[in-house]
Order: sequence, then C-alpha cells, then structure tokens
Amino acid sequence: MNAQHLQFVPASEFRQRAAAAVADEHLRRSFRGAMDFLIGKRAAQFPDASALERQRALAEHIRKYSLARLPELLEQLERKLTENGVQVHWAESPEQANAIIIDIARRHGTKLMVKGKSMVSEEIELNHAMADAGMEALESDMGEYIVQLDGEKPSHIIMPAIHKTKEEIARLFAAKVPGASYTDSVDELIGIGRAVLREKFRTAEIGLSGVNFAVAETGTLCLVENEGNGRMCTTVPDVHVAITGIEKVVEKLEHVPPLFGLLTRSATGQAITTYFNMISGPRKPGEKDGPREVHLVLVDNGRTQAYADEQLRSTLQCIRCGACMNHCPVYTRIGGHAYGTTYPGPIGEIISPHMLGLAATHVLPTASSLCGACGEVCPVRIPIPDLLIRLRAEAQHDARPGHAPLLGQGAAKSRLADAVWSGWAALYTRPALYRAFGWLATRFRALTPPMQSGWTVSRTPLKPASRTLHDEMAARNKR
Amino acid sequence: MEGCGNRKYPEKPASVYFFGTCLIDLFCPEAGLDAVRLLEREGIEVHFPPDQTCCGQPAHSSGFPAQTRAVALAQLRLFPEPWPVIVPSGSCAGMMRHHYPKIFADDPRLLVEATALAERVYELSEFLSQVVRIRLIDHGEPTRVALHTSCAARREMGTHVHARTLLDQLPGVEVAVHAHESECCGFGGTFSLKHPPISSAMAGDKVDAIKETGAQTFVSADCGCLFNLNHTLRKREDRLQGQHLATFLWQRTGSEGGRQ
Amino acid sequence: MSARENILQRLRAAPQGTQPLAPDVPGFYAATGNGSADRAARIERFCEKMTFWHGEVVRVTRGNWPQKLHELVAAKGVRSLLYGERHAAELLASGMSGLRPYDRPIDGWKKELFEKIDASLTSTRGAIAETGTLIVWPDADEPRLMSLVPPIHFALLDADQIYDDLFQAMTAQGWSASMPTNALLVSGPSKTADIQVTLAYGAHGPKELIVLLLVNEEELK
Repeated sequence: MNAQHLQFVPASEFRQRAAAAVADEHLRRSFRGAMDFLIGKRAAQFPDASALERQRALAEHIRKYSLARLPELLEQLERKLTENGVQVHWAESPEQANAIIIDIARRHGTKLMVKGKSMVSEEIELNHAMADAGMEALESDMGEYIVQLDGEKPSHIIMPAIHKTKEEIARLFAAKVPGASYTDSVDELIGIGRAVLREKFRTAEIGLSGVNFAVAETGTLCLVENEGNGRMCTTVPDVHVAITGIEKVVEKLEHVPPLFGLLTRSATGQAITTYFNMISGPRKPGEKDGPREVHLVLVDNGRTQAYADEQLRSTLQCIRCGACMNHCPVYTRIGGHAYGTTYPGPIGEIISPHMLGLAATHVLPTASSLCGACGEVCPVRIPIPDLLIRLRAEAQHDARPGHAPLLGQGAAKSRLADAVWSGWAALYTRPALYRAFGWLATRFRALTPPMQSGWTVSRTPLKPASRTLHDEMAARNKR
Repeated sequence: MEGCGNRKYPEKPASVYFFGTCLIDLFCPEAGLDAVRLLEREGIEVHFPPDQTCCGQPAHSSGFPAQTRAVALAQLRLFPEPWPVIVPSGSCAGMMRHHYPKIFADDPRLLVEATALAERVYELSEFLSQVVRIRLIDHGEPTRVALHTSCAARREMGTHVHARTLLDQLPGVEVAVHAHESECCGFGGTFSLKHPPISSAMAGDKVDAIKETGAQTFVSADCGCLFNLNHTLRKREDRLQGQHLATFLWQRTGSEGGRQ
Repeated sequence: MSARENILQRLRAAPQGTQPLAPDVPGFYAATGNGSADRAARIERFCEKMTFWHGEVVRVTRGNWPQKLHELVAAKGVRSLLYGERHAAELLASGMSGLRPYDRPIDGWKKELFEKIDASLTSTRGAIAETGTLIVWPDADEPRLMSLVPPIHFALLDADQIYDDLFQAMTAQGWSASMPTNALLVSGPSKTADIQVTLAYGAHGPKELIVLLLVNEEELK
C-alpha cells in the first residue's frame, strides 16, 4: 500500500482493504502470532491486577492533570526550553509543521535528514514534503527503515514492520541495499541495516526525532527507545529537530516515572527500554559533541478540537503504547494498513477523526465490536469504547446545541438510518405496539427473509421463535 | 472489573423483576423461561413487567443517542418495587448498570432514578452465584463444555467468573478452556452487519477455537454471541450448537430435584 | 495571529470542568515502592536485571578496576579504547595500549570515531536496581557519543549509587534542579525486535555493555 499525500478513508475502501486483509491467511497468521506474543509479554509484566489498577489510576491522574493545565504547561515548557537554548516552534497544521522543518533544513544546506521514530512526522507526511523540497528523509528505526525501503508505511506504531516476515525482509535487502546478499539470519539482517545506517548518521546534516514526554519544569524532551537510532539522530548531526503533539507535556520530572514504567510494559512487555534519552538543550560551550541547534515543533493538527470537548479530551491522554491495537480483535484480523491512517487500531479510530475530519474517517469508529479490550488494557484508562460510540453519533448527527461542530460533523448522516432508528424507537417505546409486533413476527416467522444483509454472509438467517417471551410469561400468569 | 469483590451483594430476596431482553423475547424465549425457572426453583417470586421492550443498547452502540434515551426512558419506571432486576444477558445488564446513569446525566431527576435502577441490576449468573448462592445438583451425563465469556459481559459485569463458578458446581461438567477465550466472537450488534468480513473472521476463529477443545457443547450468558456462533456453525453445517447458560443449567439440574 | 496564539487561544477557550488536584507521586511510591531493599539486595537485583538485558556485570574494587579492565579489553580483542580525562591517570598507569582520549570536539574526527574506535569507558552517576539501569550523564569530559558509537561500552558504577527505582534516583540526586544538556538511562546493549519480533543486539548502538561494579573487598564474591 503506497503512502498517499492526503489521508482519506472512504468507507468502501476501508471495507475492501479489510476484506482483502481478512482473506490473507499469511497476514492473519503473522499478526495473530505477533499480537499473541506482545499480549503475553505485557501480561507477564503485570502479575498483580490490583497493583496494575493503582498504577493506571495514577497514570490517568497525571495525564488528566497535565491536560487540565495544558496551555500553562506549554508556555512553561516553551520558556524553559528557550532558557536552555532550544528553539520552539508552533504549527497548527501539517503544512505549517512541514514548512518549519523544511526551512530549518534548508538553512543548514541539508541533503540528508536521518529520522528517529516519530509518529507525528508520519502524521504530517514529512517524508513527502522533504522529497518535494529536494531533500532526503531517511527512517533509521529498523522497522521504519524496512517499510520505507519497500515504499510502505508502518503497520503498527511500535513495531512498524510487524507485517513482514524475515524472508520478505531478506529479499528486500538483497534487492534494494547495495552490496547486500540474501540472508534470512535476523542477526545478519540487522547487521546490514546497522552498517548502512551508521554511515547515514555520520553524514546527515540534520536529525529528527519524536518526543515521548516533554517536561515543563525542566524543559526536557524524553525519548524512549531500544535501538539507539533515536540517540544517533539527536546527537550526531549538527541540528536536532524534535516534533511532537501539543498533548505530550507533563508538569514535573517526577510525573515521568509512572508513565514511562507503564508505557514500556504496556507496549512490548519490557520493564524498561534500552535507552531513555533526556534532552534539555544543545551542545554547551566546552562540550565536545551533541547538536549545535535543537528545535522543538509543537503540532496541533486537530488536537485542540479533541481538547475542546470534555469527553473527547481524554483521547489526548494517550501515551502511544499500542496496547489497544495489540489487544484489538479487529486490528489482529486486518492489520495496520487496512485503516489507511497514520494511527491504526482503536487509538487511530478515536484520534484520526480529529486530524482528518469525520468526512474522511467516519467509517473507522464503526470498525469495532465494542468488546472493550482496548479500554481494559489502556495504561491511562482512556474510555475508548465510549469515545467510539460518541464519534459514531457525531458522524451521523448535527452538532448538539451548545457544542461546536467537529470537522466533518454529520458526514455520515443518512435519512434511511434516521428513519430506521426513529421507527425502532417508536416501536420500542410503545409496549402494546411492541407486543403486537412480537406476536406478528413469531406467528409469521415463515416469512423471515432468507438473506439478511451482512449477517448471512457467513451465517444462517435469524428466525423468530414460535412464541415471544412476553407471550410465554403472559400464558404462565394466566395459569 | 465488577462482580469480583467490588460489589456489595444483598441477602437473597423474596421477589425479583425479570428483564427478558429483546433478543431473548423474539428469538430464544426458552432461555428466558429457563432463567425464570431457575429463580423460581430457589423460592423467588419472579415478576415480568409486560411493558418491557429493550434496554436501548442497539441504538446506543450505533450512535443514536436520542432514540437510545427514549427507549431507555420507557424501561426506567417499570420496576417500582425495590427488588433486584435480573437480566439474562451480560451486555444488556451492563447497559442498564453502567450506561443508564451516563445517558440521564443531564437530568438530575432522571439521573437519580437511573442510578437507583442501575444499582439493583444483576446479570443472571452473577445473581445466582453471588446473591442466591445457589447450590446446583448435577443430573446430567459427563460432558465437556466450553464457555464463551462474552466480552461486554466479562468486562462490564465479570460474568465469566460467575458463569464458571456455576459450572464448577456440576461434577459431570468439565469446562474446556479454548484458545483466546477472552476474545470477542465478532457479534458487536450492528458491527456484524456493517463489517461482515471482519465479524465473520472473528466468529470463524472463535468457532474453530471452541471446536479444537473437543467440547460437546458451549455455553454463553449472552444471546447475541450465541446467535452469532450458532448461525455460523449452521452455515458450516456443523452440528455443534451452543446453549444459553440458563438453559444448560436448567437441563442438567432439571425439575424440582435439582434443588438441594 | 500566530499559530502559537491560535493554539493557546483554542486551548484556553475549552471548558475547564473540574480541575484535578496535583497527583501525589511521592505518596504513591512511598506506599508501593521498593524502598526497603538493603545494599546487598539492591546490588543483587541490579546485577540480575542488567544480566537479563544482556549486560555483563564484573565486580571490581577501587584498587583493581584498571587492571580488570585491562584484562577484559585484552580478552575481547579491543584495539582502541576511548576515555575521558577523569580516568586518564589510572588508565595510563595500567599499561593498556590503544588508549584514545576524547580530547577535542567531534566535528574533526567523526569518521574515525565511527570506524576506528572499538570501545569506550565512561563513568555513571548511579544505577536503578528495579530495572537494571545505568544512569549516564554525559559532560564535557565524557561526551554523549562515548556511550553510543563504540561497539563496546565499559561503564564504571559505584555500588553506593544504586537506587531502588527511577523515582528514588531522580529525587535523591535532585535531577529536576540541575538537568544536564543530555541525561541517559541505559539498560543493556542496543537491541531491536523489529524483524519478526526476534531479538537482536547491536542495532545501532553498542553491541556489548560491560558494567564495572565498584564494590567493597568482601562483596567481590
């Protein structure tokens, strides 16, 4: 699936991709296997359910507290970072964010930008913007490097190449990496990537990274990673540009340990990652390495829309661990690409409508059975099922009085659906009518249609019983 | 999670209300009747308000709040006595217990009523095991049974724990744990109509996992899941069929003899 | 209006609802933390966890660590070891060959660092027992790239500086008042599981991490 410039997810296309994914045995097996592995690893990190609940309660509290004070904290963060010598930029849209980064890159005569993992840079389609501006943006996270080499996008926010087998990667490297011969040894494949990318780290003019937590009181950008590519991107080139959503800020350094501990355990079942990289400024006089310039780009891209509503605001509590997708039975069946958005799975279904609008994404919140697995594992207790229901409602109705319309509000409005549900309500609020309906449906059950829309694709038709429970109970009471 | 220690359970009452749910009403009244029989066998008088229709969940999960509210409101005042309200379906019980107070949060008077109702809503297996403290006597042949835990029931009502507690009372019943037991069967109300390929894949995997245990039947405390799985099996022309937990319990402990 | 003003204005216009109280993080760790561990238990825990991350721990004393390092360097076939001024005297006295001081800005010798340096030795500011984690604060004497670019990283850790958990370490050492330009937590060598969730070490950073743990004579075992 090739990256598109503008992410737009027509319902028909989502359905096509989902159907194709579901029919792909190989994809089904690899996602199921990988998700089972991650689910097991996470579970092993949380042997004590009540201890986990206490940690989740604290993490949720920290995130809610941070969001409640978001404008103040962003200003404090900007002030501290500026004092530390970091240049802070603000972008409302992907276009603004890209323009800021391209401007920085141009000023430094950039040919090559090396990128650490940053979902926000995927969100703004930075790689395309860089290419259009005549500069190369190279992904350096092994998984991201692999998917970029194959002209794809990540299928998971933590494990970008999880849809690929080592044999596929072996063939890809042999075909696309100069001098590489075919090997399906994982160690040797990683060795090939390492050799290529070290050269790039050394020669790139600019390094880009995401941010996991931004600490307002100290002006510190925290990065979580295992590979060391994030450290390379933020340390070796002369310029480091960090990019993040405005929601990532916390007030105090002491707010980081509870979130960090839950992030890595929820994401990959690790008690901690190899590196936790805390950056508070560029190279100081006397220091011998580190970037001479550090920039932070704070991106809105729809986040203020979610923020404007007290219920939808909880979307912004997310710390991007990916546990909701690992545990999602829908994601497990269709994989990340089927969603067509930067963020797949349950978190994608609730955040993408703010970034791209409901007109482009209204099918996504419907792609859930509301089983609740996502909400159950979310380390910051985002009520994902409730938010899915809310977005389903907003997509099919005008804004409620006193509420500002969401981008694409009412895009899925349908007279037919309105009529069906109003008819349903009319029937189910009139007991006598309802009982008469039940009587008729059971007595004339032979007339039940044999094809019932999507239901009978893989199931036999539903048929009413010969008597309703109402009838049976009424008969019992007469006896 | 609820029902696993958080909830304070009252003494066994003399009377209860029974909320049959729309699916059981129209498609499998036998499950409702078996639930009523189980309750009556314990000496509890069961009241079935004839004006009940549906908890409102279908409209709720489809994103039609006004219609949800109207239908929920029509149920709100059907239970005037302070008796427990027994619901033989985990997701409908979860709707009434957890979502009613949110639905009426904007109206202080209705909120009080919704909260009061929510507090006395019990899923059937929860009520039988925790409030009635039922003692079951097994009259059935030895059998192997899988339990589909139903995700909404499991996460909102702790039903998997209660259902297992009840099944464990039956010496002739071996409960076979299937792979990915906690996973959704793919029903999800209108989800099964809106995304048939995904829903079918989930149902198919669930059925395969249950078949793999070699279980002779499977039970669930949620009729939506049962329809989904049973109609999937029938389409495959497979003879395996699941039963509502109430029906399974009634049949194995049958008649008056099942009571200790 | 600027993007900044627009964003802040939209955030300020949002309904505020009830303001949550500040979270009591110290209270949480006081109630649930690992605070009761003694020195021996902390050392034990650190070693166990660091080993789990594929780090090596070698117990040394203040007197013998340069000699131990010399042995390790020889055993691993290290031909060049990068070091900072702080340990110059001990290292030079040890008779090790291939010593290379990080004595000038990186800009002039990046290629050499990437291609010619086999190993480095850095200090640490302490460690975290719960997760088997080193606290590394690079500075002018021991710059950032020392613990990143060379394939083998030797790290000197004083057992007195092992804390129970991250919260305890950051509060005891007063981090929030004095964050350096770059501070690091390091738990083992660089790794990835991006290919078919199979773990591989030495993704981009060091392939080996060897902790020289400074203990008392009687703790040498």
